Amino acid sequence: MITYIFVFLAVLAVASALAMVISKNTVNSALFLVLNMVSLAGLFLLLKAQFLAVIQILVYAGAIMVLFLFVIMLLNVEDEESLFSRFRVKYFVAFLVGIAVFSQLLYSIGSFSEMLPEVAPEMTEAGTVEAVGEVLYSQYLLPFHIIALLLTAAVNGALMIAQHKIKPGASND
Amino acid sequence: MFENYLPIAILAGVAVVLAILLMTLSRVLGPYRPNKTKLDPYESGMDPVGDAANRYSISFYLVAIAFIVFDVEVVFVYPWAVSYLDFGPGTLVSMIIFILELYVGLIYLIKKGALDWDLKKGMFN
Amino acid sequence: MEPVTTTSYIVLGIALFMLLNSAALAVYAERRVAAFIQNRWGPNRVGPYGLFQPIADVVKLLLKEDVTPARGFKTIHAIAPMIPVFTALMTVAVIPFGDGLYATDINSGVLYILAINSLGVYGITLGGWASNSKYSLLGGLRAAAQMISYELPMGLAVASCILFAGSLSFIDVVNSQEVWWNVIRNPIAAVIFIVTAFAEANRTPFDLPEAEHELVGGYHTEYSSMKFGMFFLAEYMHVVVGSMLITTFFFGGYHLPFAGLWLPEMGVTAKAILDVSVFVLKTVFFAFLFIWVRWTIPRFKYNQVMKLGWKRLLPISIFNFLGLAVIVYFWHHYIA
Repeated sequence: MITYIFVFLAVLAVASALAMVISKNTVNSALFLVLNMVSLAGLFLLLKAQFLAVIQILVYAGAIMVLFLFVIMLLNVEDEESLFSRFRVKYFVAFLVGIAVFSQLLYSIGSFSEMLPEVAPEMTEAGTVEAVGEVLYSQYLLPFHIIALLLTAAVNGALMIAQHKIKPGASND
Repeated sequence: MFENYLPIAILAGVAVVLAILLMTLSRVLGPYRPNKTKLDPYESGMDPVGDAANRYSISFYLVAIAFIVFDVEVVFVYPWAVSYLDFGPGTLVSMIIFILELYVGLIYLIKKGALDWDLKKGMFN
Repeated sequence: MEPVTTTSYIVLGIALFMLLNSAALAVYAERRVAAFIQNRWGPNRVGPYGLFQPIADVVKLLLKEDVTPARGFKTIHAIAPMIPVFTALMTVAVIPFGDGLYATDINSGVLYILAINSLGVYGITLGGWASNSKYSLLGGLRAAAQMISYELPMGLAVASCILFAGSLSFIDVVNSQEVWWNVIRNPIAAVIFIVTAFAEANRTPFDLPEAEHELVGGYHTEYSSMKFGMFFLAEYMHVVVGSMLITTFFFGGYHLPFAGLWLPEMGVTAKAILDVSVFVLKTVFFAFLFIWVRWTIPRFKYNQVMKLGWKRLLPISIFNFLGLAVIVYFWHHYIA
């Protein structure tokens, strides 16, 4: 069962990444990236990294992709000539069904039941918040502080870019 | 461990099915008589002018960036809050330093007026 | 992590059913309370006391024409209203309704709630964008900026509850409040959490995304039929879910005040009935608070919303968290 879920999630992750690159409407690309993030969270969960799985959704799908979406919506990106002339529900459903069928095929052809190495039972403990906190705030205290500096630098950088003044002579459009 | 996530997976399935069901139900039951005026975007009864995608304030973008930075801060706070009683006082001090470091960034943003949305005071007006 | 049993699935089913019904009931309650506050009758024709009004509303919505604007993006226009419904339903999985009455208990339950909540932004933003109408897009943008701004104080307010619980599991969060509710130990965070819960649900005074006099309908200007109905239902589901979260995090969940000190031992059934009724009563009270505030306080201006979020609530929640952490640490190690 777990092998099947793995194959499904893995194929979904790869396929949504591909769809992200191929689709020419930028908002669709962003949404496929969200799908990719969510399937990655599922893969983390299969590796028993429970904390990481939730963080993957909270930070990547919930924060970073919102910024992407914002920028896309603000920039007024024209809908380019699309590979699929128009993105429709039926294509999306077909996409999902295709993934399900394809992963089943992979599963049955390659006798994948023995493919996955067993995740060590201790991982259930190692993937919890408590374990992550224990290591992060003792062994990795220095990287933790460097992250704080990096984040502050990021704030300043964003402000610099947003503040950038256009030269008086240059065209304003 | 996995069986603890099974109810969530089931719930996700039920939620998706329920949402799609409600939507298709109205598709099936409702009438469908489109005409040009009905399908135009609503602009208070006038003929729509131009496209919706326009140039909007860059403040939205700055808010999103600032959100990511402080969201990461919040995420770092959680594993600490779970087990900080087991650590020595040094970890408490280093968490205080971490939060204050980021607080400096917040003060910088506020002082620069990046989070001001008032017409006169903001840095982009 | 507590194991999942058959009870869990029964609880999940009942909770899901009740949440769906409570949204309809909240719509009815909103109209009746509004009418009471404004000294008029409200819906009172359909069934006894107008109780069947929500059913009539849903049937009406189902029978309306489903209009997709010609310039809009059809797929995303259709997907967008499902997202808020989905995120509202997903939250019931981890909330404990009584001693041992929960669907599941996961290691990072609190973060799971925050993660699901952060996905709710997509519904409104995409709905606004896919309609390709100026009012909708502006409403969607406003909603997204407002919701992400208020997620930060919310996260820190919840983190200051974790200081007492020492675990991200909801069972531990509730059990840590058996004697002292978090609202007594941590009143500032309680106020912050309630305010942010209002902002996250896009309720007055934070209903800028649908400010009628500026944006017509906001992000759902171009929505009709059940697609609009889903945004509408999701708003009330978020009211109910928000009330449940306020109860769970700050008002002791299913515990009576100082229950650990005086509540005698009880049989399993009696305890379950008591727990669930206490939890439901608290939830109903906060849902009433949501409605009460809506018909009492006028709407903010947008600059005020952002100012409150970034310059007031965020610094206050940061210093509340730090101060509380220091106090609890020294209390735990040097006094107690």
